[in-house]
Amino acid sequence: MNNDTNVQLALRIAVVAFFAVVIQVSMVSQISLFGVTADITPLVVMSIGLLAGPMPGAISGFAIGMFMDIVTFQTVGVTSLLFITVGYWSGRMRELRDPSHGLIPLAMGAIATLFTGVGLAVIEFLLGVDAPVSWLLIQQIVLQVLVNCLVALPVYEVVRRLLYRALPRDPRARRRRAYTTSLSPLQQPSERLGRARARTR
Amino acid sequence: MHDKQIRRRRAVLVLLVVISLALLTDYFGERSTGPLHSIQRGIATVLSPLQSGASTVLSPVRDVAGYISSTVNAKSQLKRTEAENNKLTTELAAAQYEINQYKQADLLGKLDTNYSLQSYGLKTANVIEADPVLWWRTIKVDQGTSSGVELNDPVVAPGGLIGDVTDVGSNYANVSLLTSPNFSVGAMIEGGNNSRGLLQPEVGNPSTLTLIDLPNSAANGLAAKQLVVTSGISDPNNSAISSLYPPGIPIGTVSSANPQNSVLTSQTVQVTPLVDFQHLSVVQILTRPRRG
Repeated sequence: MNNDTNVQLALRIAVVAFFAVVIQVSMVSQISLFGVTADITPLVVMSIGLLAGPMPGAISGFAIGMFMDIVTFQTVGVTSLLFITVGYWSGRMRELRDPSHGLIPLAMGAIATLFTGVGLAVIEFLLGVDAPVSWLLIQQIVLQVLVNCLVALPVYEVVRRLLYRALPRDPRARRRRAYTTSLSPLQQPSERLGRARARTR
Repeated sequence: MHDKQIRRRRAVLVLLVVISLALLTDYFGERSTGPLHSIQRGIATVLSPLQSGASTVLSPVRDVAGYISSTVNAKSQLKRTEAENNKLTTELAAAQYEINQYKQADLLGKLDTNYSLQSYGLKTANVIEADPVLWWRTIKVDQGTSSGVELNDPVVAPGGLIGDVTDVGSNYANVSLLTSPNFSVGAMIEGGNNSRGLLQPEVGNPSTLTLIDLPNSAANGLAAKQLVVTSGISDPNNSAISSLYPPGIPIGTVSSANPQNSVLTSQTVQVTPLVDFQHLSVVQILTRPRRG
């Protein structure tokens, strides 16, 4: 990736992160579905990590989390700590597994939301917030995971379209092109043998 | 190269985590006037116009989503509201009944105090049955022999005398009202020359009583609105000869607009009952009408 592409990617991620937080606070958090509101911020972080890699994912997670804590007057650092993990983990999933299934963003969005919900409850408990852990809390987390699953794919698609032109080229695509030559196992055996015999002659 | 990339990546990650933890610790440990809180407030203040603008721009979307959500929830909300309304209606009816019972009890208390009825063994009873058509005949109350009620015990309600017990069981009593046919009670017009007569219901008009058999001198000092009470006649030499009704219990008021004329012509006086016989709910039974 050259520097221009990096700068372009960073700018696009900054814009996406900023507007994601604004839309979440101004609109999404005021629309109730099944008694809970959707939270698109972990989905955005997951999408950035899944598309751009672990480092952009972690850095954008830190920034989005910090911005959310400031705007919503929560304890600064809590959400950013959780989103760093979500962003980095999503990027690593992309590097290690290279998932190509269409429903991967949905599954990863559900896991990201669940991790964020449980992590927030644990950190609040560790900080001594006087809120009892009850079935109601678990119910809220489960409902939010379900609601976020409904919007995970659209959010991923929007982020992908916004970042598409600045995204790094898929390194495995280069290795796949290499297999289209005579060394490719996808070639017909007769073709390979034909070329090999020509070389020996 | 690859190792260098990995080391740089890990360093950035650790740095971000350390910064988050440091900010979290500092923010949690400082006061609300601390620097981090101030910075937070400052940034929020700067961003609030943008937030307001975004909220205004996005309000149509929010309203549509809210409309859809409200429509989906409307049916269940309607059901809940209807159930709550029914519950409140029931509670209101119960409360109004209690208020009415309290008012009745209060009036009975004043009657007891004003006419010294406590010594007659008062027993409070609730009306449990009353014919809406033949309201002027009988009522049924929820006290009986188990509470000391006996046959012929006088019964009073807020206002005054209403009748006597004509049938009694262990936990109920039927009361014949003084507006029923064949009912009569010795009565006296208070004030003037205290003329005595026999009070009975007017034929064909159960809401009006007639005081008959008055002496010729009854016209002297007679005036409208004079109180008519039970005469309670008894023979001091023979205790067996005694009225069922203690003396002085109010029954009604002289209602004739021109009592002098009616007395002169028929020696009768029309009496308006003090009690509203169509709305009886709480009564008192005098279980010791011949006290002492």
